[in-house]
Amino acid sequence: MPVTLHPEGGRSWQRRTPRGQIAVWFGWLIAVAFTVFCWRVMTEGTIWAFVWDAPTQAADIGARMVPPRWSYFPALLKPLWDTLNIATLGTLAAIVLSVPVAFLAARNTTPSAAFVRPLALFVIVASRSINSIIWALLLVAILGPGVLAGIIAIALRSIGFIGKLLYEAIEEIDEGQVEAIRATGASGAQTLAYGIVPQIMPAFAGISVFRWDINIRESTVLGLVGAGGIGLNLESSLNTLAWPQVTLILMVILATVVASEWVSARVRHAII
Amino acid sequence: MTATHAPARRWRPPPLIANPVLRIALIAGAAIYLALALGTVEVNWARLSDGWARGLRFVSGFLEPNFSRRWDDIVQGMIESLTMTVTSTVVGIAISVPIGIGAARNVVPRPVYYACRAIIAVSRSLQEIIVAILLVAMVGFGPFAGFLTLSFATIGFLSKLLAEDIEDIDPAPVEAIRATGALWPSLIAFGVLPQVAPRLLGLSLYRLDINFRESAVVGIVGAGGIGATLNTAIDRYEFDSAAAILILIIAIVMASEYVSGLIRGRVK
Repeated sequence: MPVTLHPEGGRSWQRRTPRGQIAVWFGWLIAVAFTVFCWRVMTEGTIWAFVWDAPTQAADIGARMVPPRWSYFPALLKPLWDTLNIATLGTLAAIVLSVPVAFLAARNTTPSAAFVRPLALFVIVASRSINSIIWALLLVAILGPGVLAGIIAIALRSIGFIGKLLYEAIEEIDEGQVEAIRATGASGAQTLAYGIVPQIMPAFAGISVFRWDINIRESTVLGLVGAGGIGLNLESSLNTLAWPQVTLILMVILATVVASEWVSARVRHAII
Repeated sequence: MTATHAPARRWRPPPLIANPVLRIALIAGAAIYLALALGTVEVNWARLSDGWARGLRFVSGFLEPNFSRRWDDIVQGMIESLTMTVTSTVVGIAISVPIGIGAARNVVPRPVYYACRAIIAVSRSLQEIIVAILLVAMVGFGPFAGFLTLSFATIGFLSKLLAEDIEDIDPAPVEAIRATGALWPSLIAFGVLPQVAPRLLGLSLYRLDINFRESAVVGIVGAGGIGATLNTAIDRYEFDSAAAILILIIAIVMASEYVSGLIRGRVK
């Protein structure tokens, strides 16, 4: 911490040396300049008249959105059930697929750190990089529209999420217990079942419920690209500019999301 | 000395749910739900067997991605996505720091706390894609709508995590600064922010990652970025171009995760 001595006898301290201060200042300058540059590139094609017009547009849409069309509600029950199934079945499929991937990716359980582990890590990164709605877009093109495309899309996206958190949990286990089980002469499978699995079970259950909650949220919009569920109704209502129906659908989605968050918080609280 | 054997006992691991009635009820409920859910999933097998060929074409597209056919579109989309990511993350951070401080129970009065928590709840409960649809309807097509969407989503994410970090800080430095007679702004600047700065940097880098991934999504509904290019490629069944775009997205996410890991490692 540099201290300056004043001729009058006082002392003042500064957090950084003058050189350090210039370096920090220069770093900020570059960051700001880069942001401004990005802003200029991004807004090149923006038509500002539309942007300034936005409050009027918002007021207009807002006025059309009330009151919600309550009579549309019974028609939403079946799509809501589909949405729930997409999220739940997708999560179950992801759990089944991600457990082996996680064990192959964890440093202490992988059969080969040189060959198998990078492959498992790549599966996890690839799955995590691509949002479920993009998986759905692809799967609708391949399999045709419907609930099945949604389930597979949710499953493909969730493998990476569950796999990553689970393999980190496996790497953090207490090796002492594994060693103790192994010392009794247990086989590899028995070590896994009695030494490793009990240690990761609470984390695993928590991760799965957490992902189920996220999946409910994501499956409500998968229908926008044709993958079934309540998003399909949202898409058709938007396309026909039926704003009162859009309001009702958004309210139903919001209620579903809040409910699933509550359920998942309760379950995680009970487990941990 | 004769060995006495205790009667053989079989040990069983304790069950995850201790209450047997609750356990059986949960298992039965899950089984009934699964049967009902699987029963209502309509699978069009004829359509599926058609899709098999397309699926194989997509997989072979992944093995031979075609970067050249839509190269100009890909470059344009990537530039939009990357600039959108940077600007929305910066603006998002700038807005979420004050809101995050306001949403920390231990440093602000109650009314401010509730107001900031309400903003966070609104931002978190609306999905990006729905916000994007509404914003495209308001400000028109293009990356500006995407920028607004991602900034809005960043606020909910970053403020919430920042607020939780501030609530967990060590109160002693804050107390020490307060004892010098410092006013509230100095208290925040010297007592609170230095304690959460490394975490804030880590969270910002993580959000940069997420915003890039999400920028590929908002394009599907017309908010600019690589998602628009991807949507066109998939709509035209050009699976080799789509595979090229997906490979680029995965590569950029991997690279940015690696770099942010390095930066976080140095800061800690």
